[in-house]
Amino acid sequence: MIYARIAGTGSYLPEQVLTNAEIAQRLDTSDEWIVSRTGIRARHIAAPEQKTSDLALIASQRALEAAGVQAADIDLIVVATSTPDMIFPSTACILQAKLGAHGCPAFDVQAVCAGFIYALATANAYIRSGMARTALVVGAEIFSRILDWNDRTTCVLFGDGAGAAVLTASEEPGILGVELNADGRHQPMLNVPAQVANGEIVGTPYLHMDGGAVFKFAVKTLSDCASKALAAQNMSHEQLDWLVPHQANVRIIESTAKHLHLPMDKVVLTLPEQGNTSAASIPLALDVAVRDGRIQPGHTVMLEGIGGGFAWGAALVKM
Amino acid sequence: MENIEARVKKIVAEQLGVNEAEVKNESSFVDDLGADSLDTVELVMALEEEFGCEIPDEEAEKITTVQQAIDYVSGHQG
Repeated sequence: MIYARIAGTGSYLPEQVLTNAEIAQRLDTSDEWIVSRTGIRARHIAAPEQKTSDLALIASQRALEAAGVQAADIDLIVVATSTPDMIFPSTACILQAKLGAHGCPAFDVQAVCAGFIYALATANAYIRSGMARTALVVGAEIFSRILDWNDRTTCVLFGDGAGAAVLTASEEPGILGVELNADGRHQPMLNVPAQVANGEIVGTPYLHMDGGAVFKFAVKTLSDCASKALAAQNMSHEQLDWLVPHQANVRIIESTAKHLHLPMDKVVLTLPEQGNTSAASIPLALDVAVRDGRIQPGHTVMLEGIGGGFAWGAALVKM
Repeated sequence: MENIEARVKKIVAEQLGVNEAEVKNESSFVDDLGADSLDTVELVMALEEEFGCEIPDEEAEKITTVQQAIDYVSGHQG
């Protein structure tokens, strides 16, 4: 039996940090209001000349280095993003050119904040079926460019960044199981309802969210999904060393952890310094906890996330 | 009936982090008990869990006081 293992992780955050206090100078909001409702204190913002593939490149190089893998050894690239460099080609192809890893299949998956779980599930399936042996899986986003910076209910929530993981074929199980779900009926709760047509933007190219509805839906589906992923492996929450959730809102994370009977000291939280980086948030948090030594080889880790679509998923991983 | 009232008040106190004695039937979650928009969502979820009922969003919006929560739960307990 062939399994996919996470051989290395990497991440990148743009240099510019935007604090709540700086936002409060321009908008009618406050640090206290933002922190109490979201847990977010600051977020990173990409420089004007940076593209999503540039963020992805640095995260990927760090993941390759951590895994001890050369770019030339990669035989699959999957990038999760909702903020691609351009309409086409895929950000994965642009990343491939920048990495110098020519020839292997490369494509994007679009599942918004659940994107990394979808990308990981895809790469896992390629490796388990023998179609790939060394996969680069990336979540990279520049959400700051699809926010209405006059809308205090949404612009404070998001940030830019990228995270990556190198998956390699292994005799020993790494990714134990994955649960993926989507329900397109909930599309109006969270979207960027615009397209490009005839040389113009049609619709509103800014993020729209019904925060209360998303909150309720997220807590219910995430705890269900993570419980299913555990049950599928005949495991219980006591066997989890770490929960690495999508970083959207600290109160969604706390509520999900409570439903899973996990104390917050088993939850990796990067939200205060990073905000919601959409598809990048899970690999960013994973990389932070691997590099600071919290997540150790052999640990059992649950990754879970939900985003527009609605699309959501969970992955149970042996590190 | 008293039982439902007591259970609702206990949940309100726990969710909003206030003393049970402060939770009166006429208390408004936002105006009297200091709830914010997410607190009210979490409160509705806690009520759903406790009483095994589903509170649709359009109904949940109308529940702004302790008495309204008691009335809704009394009428929809599953």
